[in-house]
Amino acid sequence: MLNVDLTINCDLARRVLTSFIRSEVTRVGFRRVVIGLSGGIDSALSCALAAEALGPENVLAVCMPYRESSSESLEHARLLIEQLGVPTITIEITDMAEPLIRRDPAMSKVRKGNILARARMIVLYDQSEAFQGLVVGTGNKTEILLGYTTLWGDMAAAINPIGDLYKTQVRQLARAMNLPRPILEKPPSADLWIGQTDEDELGFTYAEADKLLYLLVDQRYSPEECIAAGFDRGFVERVLNRVRRNQFKRMMPIIAKVSNRTVGYDFLYLRDWGT
Amino acid sequence: MVCGRIFIMELKLALVQMTTQLGNVAANLEKHLYFIEQARKQGAGLVVFPELSLTGYVLQDLAPTVAHRPTEDDPIFRPLLEASHELDLMVGFVDEDLRHRFYIASAYLSGGRVIHVHHKVYLPTYGLFDEGRFFAWGDSIRAFDTRFGRVGMLICEDFWHASPPYLLWLDGADLLLLSSASPGRGLNHGEKFESTRWVEQVTRSYASLFTIFVAHVNRVGYEDGLNFWGGSVIFDPRGEMVAQAPYHEEALLVSSLDLNLLKRVRARLPLLRDERTALVQRELMRILQSERTLG
Repeated sequence: MLNVDLTINCDLARRVLTSFIRSEVTRVGFRRVVIGLSGGIDSALSCALAAEALGPENVLAVCMPYRESSSESLEHARLLIEQLGVPTITIEITDMAEPLIRRDPAMSKVRKGNILARARMIVLYDQSEAFQGLVVGTGNKTEILLGYTTLWGDMAAAINPIGDLYKTQVRQLARAMNLPRPILEKPPSADLWIGQTDEDELGFTYAEADKLLYLLVDQRYSPEECIAAGFDRGFVERVLNRVRRNQFKRMMPIIAKVSNRTVGYDFLYLRDWGT
Repeated sequence: MVCGRIFIMELKLALVQMTTQLGNVAANLEKHLYFIEQARKQGAGLVVFPELSLTGYVLQDLAPTVAHRPTEDDPIFRPLLEASHELDLMVGFVDEDLRHRFYIASAYLSGGRVIHVHHKVYLPTYGLFDEGRFFAWGDSIRAFDTRFGRVGMLICEDFWHASPPYLLWLDGADLLLLSSASPGRGLNHGEKFESTRWVEQVTRSYASLFTIFVAHVNRVGYEDGLNFWGGSVIFDPRGEMVAQAPYHEEALLVSSLDLNLLKRVRARLPLLRDERTALVQRELMRILQSERTLG
């Protein structure tokens, strides 16, 4: 098996990502941000980076438990909030989500999970206006590539400091930033239903997926080269298929082009236009 | 001992490692004038700015709207030309020719005049870069005379290719002014981004291989998710680092260059004297005419 090294220079990553947050928040006239804290490592890392970038008083940590959320999640979020000294608000989403969920007794776990993710998005964007802060995203590169996200739900954000770090690298940077130990050590979970873990649901571990994705995406290996490097053919195909099938989640809605100049095709400006 | 050409033998060189506002030329001009004044106070004779310092880098459809002609009647260039009475300047901008082609350009200003304009000859159009879509390709590589000796200007991708620095060397440049808007990429366990390591390696190599001064000025700041890493640097004709600005922070780096070092180094190491340009030309012609051309 090819030795794939995903180690990053954490000092450099920390410097670039905190400066990114500072630059991209302040240049559009804001100085504050809003982050949904799940108790997991991704949102914890985003929150810690934002607190370092902007000062903890400018970061609102929003906890949004549902009645079935694990109590551990909330405890872990509390540990982080105390460590960072960021202001916080807890808004239960049970009352928001239940009426919709109850309409269909046959509602699947996936539908329910999507409703919860989108209810949290509504809360975050409401707090964004109330706190006058941009919403900071917490999706990592692994889940963005695999599409292990809810469209317009947990992906919705103004900026994302950790979206180019694989899960393995998120863990490494979170350790370097001394995030609370229980957050570093627990198995990753979207916590959308009781007992859910990412790796059970995906059917493979992040450690395996990260190495394969790194070869396929960053190093431009062909699938055959990945298999020759020691990856199981079925695993390579499953991951590739997920990446391809979920391209739609990484894009704005496609617009049917009929004019000479169309948003998304030939009306091209960065978001930082004029700033 | 009798001297030959009489030039100023000390150059106080200022590298301005700055961030820009994307598409806001007036705001960027103000910043140029501010840094020029700071450099003047420190006694600089030449102040150089990064690639597209007057406009920002990822211009896309902004390119035609931020273009300027480097002339006295241009509202952006007028104050810069005025400032160039006191010290020489190199600035980065979008040049528009008379037939409305847009170029990524560097202008060298001195004594109220435009001494030279370089149009970027290599436009990266791959990976995260899309310059060839929005800009015309420059078509010449020329050194030019200044009060500090003969100088050559190149912009970013121009010096990722070995031939432009080589041509400027043969054309008499003893000082290369390299400017970039280089995004940091390739984060791994190393001390620096892969892109940083690569650029530092080649810029130092040109100083060593050509026994010339090489100054590389790179911008800082962000444009959307791109980070520009700075680390502007000067190498002497021995390939030794004279000075370097910090990474990822705005900085004004002012250094004194002893131009007599050119003579001392070349007395010891006559690479320029021994360069066999006729041989290069012969072999290049043969290669270009043979079946396996470079394309």
